[in-house]
Amino acid sequence: MYFGLVGAHPLGSRLLQPQGDCAPAAPKLQLKLKHADVILKFKILHNIYFMPSVCFYFQVHQPYRVKRYRIFDVGNDHNYFNDKSDKDTNNEKILHKVARKCYLPTNALLLELLNQHPEFKISFSLSGVFLEQLEEFSPETLESFQKLVATGRVEILDETYYHSLAFLYSKDEFKHQVQLHRDKVKKLFGVTPTSFRNTELIYNNELAKAVEEMGYKAILAEGWDNVLGWRSPNFVYHSPTTTNIKTLLKNYRLSDDIAFRFSSQDWKEWPLTSEKFAHWVNQVNGNGHLINLFMDYETFGEHQWEHTGVFDFMRALPGQILKHPDNNFVTVTEAAEKYPSVGEFDAHHYVSWADVERDLSAWRSNGMQHEALGNIYALEADVLATKDPVLIHDWRKLQTSDHFYYMCTKWFADGDVHKYFNPYETPYEAFIAYNNLLQDLRLRVKAALEARRKLPSSREVKVTHMKDEQEFIRKISVPRKYAV
Amino acid sequence: MFGWEFPPHNSGGLGTACHGLTRALTTADIDVTFVLPKALDGFDRSFLKIVFANIRNVKIRTTNILLRPYMSIESYDEYLRSTPERDLYGLNLFDEVRRYGLQARAIALEEPHDVIHAHDWLAFRAGIEAKRASGKPLVVHVHATEFDRTGGNPNQYIYEEERRGLHAADCIITVSQHTKNIVVKHYGIDPEKITVVHNGINHHEHQKHLPPTLSHIKAEGKKIVLFVGRITIQKGPDYFLKAAKIVLDYDPDVLFIVSGSGDMENRMIRMAVDMGLGDKVLFAGFVRGDDLLQLYRAADLYVMPSVSEPFGLTTLEALANGTPVLVSKQSGVQEVLTNVLKSDFWDVEDMADKILSVVDSEGLRETLRYHGARDVEHVTWDRAAGKCVTIYEDILNGK
Repeated sequence: MYFGLVGAHPLGSRLLQPQGDCAPAAPKLQLKLKHADVILKFKILHNIYFMPSVCFYFQVHQPYRVKRYRIFDVGNDHNYFNDKSDKDTNNEKILHKVARKCYLPTNALLLELLNQHPEFKISFSLSGVFLEQLEEFSPETLESFQKLVATGRVEILDETYYHSLAFLYSKDEFKHQVQLHRDKVKKLFGVTPTSFRNTELIYNNELAKAVEEMGYKAILAEGWDNVLGWRSPNFVYHSPTTTNIKTLLKNYRLSDDIAFRFSSQDWKEWPLTSEKFAHWVNQVNGNGHLINLFMDYETFGEHQWEHTGVFDFMRALPGQILKHPDNNFVTVTEAAEKYPSVGEFDAHHYVSWADVERDLSAWRSNGMQHEALGNIYALEADVLATKDPVLIHDWRKLQTSDHFYYMCTKWFADGDVHKYFNPYETPYEAFIAYNNLLQDLRLRVKAALEARRKLPSSREVKVTHMKDEQEFIRKISVPRKYAV
Repeated sequence: MFGWEFPPHNSGGLGTACHGLTRALTTADIDVTFVLPKALDGFDRSFLKIVFANIRNVKIRTTNILLRPYMSIESYDEYLRSTPERDLYGLNLFDEVRRYGLQARAIALEEPHDVIHAHDWLAFRAGIEAKRASGKPLVVHVHATEFDRTGGNPNQYIYEEERRGLHAADCIITVSQHTKNIVVKHYGIDPEKITVVHNGINHHEHQKHLPPTLSHIKAEGKKIVLFVGRITIQKGPDYFLKAAKIVLDYDPDVLFIVSGSGDMENRMIRMAVDMGLGDKVLFAGFVRGDDLLQLYRAADLYVMPSVSEPFGLTTLEALANGTPVLVSKQSGVQEVLTNVLKSDFWDVEDMADKILSVVDSEGLRETLRYHGARDVEHVTWDRAAGKCVTIYEDILNGK
């Protein structure tokens, strides 16, 4: 989950939770007792003696941030994402910065590690809007990802192209966006994903079922205590609503040791060395199948800066983990194929990997967020009816979850602004820009629909060029600029 | 404590602030003797006694000085000319301030005290004289400077008075960092000598059950945007009208209400008419008490576009009444609030953009209302009084 800029992490409050162990001792014991016969069966059936596999999964995403858009721009400016200023809403600027600090050096490092260790494997999800920005602003970065995938030991997961919350609002739109992502990955990497992860690990039983029906073998979720109870995230689970698809759970303690606590000098385990981390991994030996280390890719070099030693840590880590002969690496789909489910992960409510709450409150906890989300999805039928690709693409880019995250007042209300970062000065500025441009979007939709009605049905109007489209809309704009 | 106004005889935030702070100090077991200059239009002691019945340990003392708050030299001269001769003691403002000082000396010798606390420039000389008489430490409390009141064109005499008080003080309290910066920059004061004590609010005064007002206007689907303050250059009423003009170009269903009076009032009414906003901007005059609370509650947005606002108590009042606010970045109150909208006072387009978003979006109003009210919960007079007590203790312990 990458939300912008430099330094502080939005989830800073998690930073200082005392951590360092993979699972508390008591639950482990309980787990052994409870599952003793199950476990024995697995051992015999699969000849598995609990050699833990490590599954690295990185989320890579950049949104199309909307520029400061004022009411005066409605009807005049239909480019919402083209800020070329020095501000942090300049998408090209941010992408170049993060590519320099994170994507290029980390990709080079991972390629080096893949060449060095034939056992090493990793999984990625790259959002469609991220890939699109790479094509537009940084083809060299795209190429470096392609090189990783070409090793055959890097799996790409599917997600919604627009890193959206579509599943919460429109199942059709959700499926469509997943298909778009599938097509994009196929086009750029020549592979077809077999596993799925939803935006920010948002997950519930219903989603697991829908994703199973779409043919995926595995889906990712947060290994959140409220759902797991006493059980360990270091096994494969399944949803009670599904039969085939496996649910892989993030070991948030170990994952966050790297993602959030790595450079925290107040943490008792600081400094974290690869030896120490490998030791924690080894402790799972005999108590679990699989350690899922899921995190933002921007952890490397962007959330944790180079001077913290995070690259050196990662460079040494696969070697340290492989020192123990029982350890190995798997990709997400491999994990699902290799290990049987040990039980149900029963998520009636949505869980996500965001914030201490692990719920949807990062995107849906105040009136602005609910209203903005309601407004954008209310346009679905009309926008799609325009059959205007530019308009539809803009509408979808406005569904990216980050827009609603920027409107979040949870930390802001506590005055904890520093731990929360945002290309806008305040959540209110974020909402105002978004709300204003929705007025413009509605005008465009209305104009496009009227134009279609006026035309004989045999003649399709295709307004693909932004310039033509602007001309077109300006001509038929209603006088009261934002009235729809 | 030397002041210059006290509710209900106040024309601005100073009286409210003195009242709130004094009441909180008395609950912190500080004995306060509040000294007020006598106002000519009848300083109603009996009424005041009723008002202060719930305040322990406060004595109200008045002197027979012809001083009124927010008075410029010119308006004071005019006031003198229109006043019956028997009420006059001095010939001009300078003499009045001096007389207040002399009276203060006598009071300081009569009334036992440990610390002298003087509020704003008219009381500074009284504070200095009291200190000379009793030798007790002097705290001066800056609620506004001449730079704020005049939009940056200070009267030399008032500036000198302020400067003298600030330099004579053992400790200076400013109501915001904004004001502290002005005091350091324009009065040559060592920042170490200044402590910022933000104003507060008495929440219970704003939790009354009151019938709704202006409901017929709201029933028509109109949105109400409110300005409350003296209509003077400091408060930026002209920027409010300019923003209103832009808003109404986009959305004619917004009603702007200006509550307050002041030297720019007639000019502002003319300006509104000239801009063609005659029926869209209501001038409600000076509104106080429950009427004001009802007005806050009726409003969909409270706007404070001040050019230079040392604090901005009305903002807290609006928030405490559940009204979203838009404040100028050139204000002290914005230092203690996060969940409010902020604009530069001169950026009327930004102001209009924000006003339009608020009147358009219930989600935005709801979020601002909810979180704004939570912000203001922590901004209390008790907190301010606690800081003052610490200052008194430090000064008495020679820190």
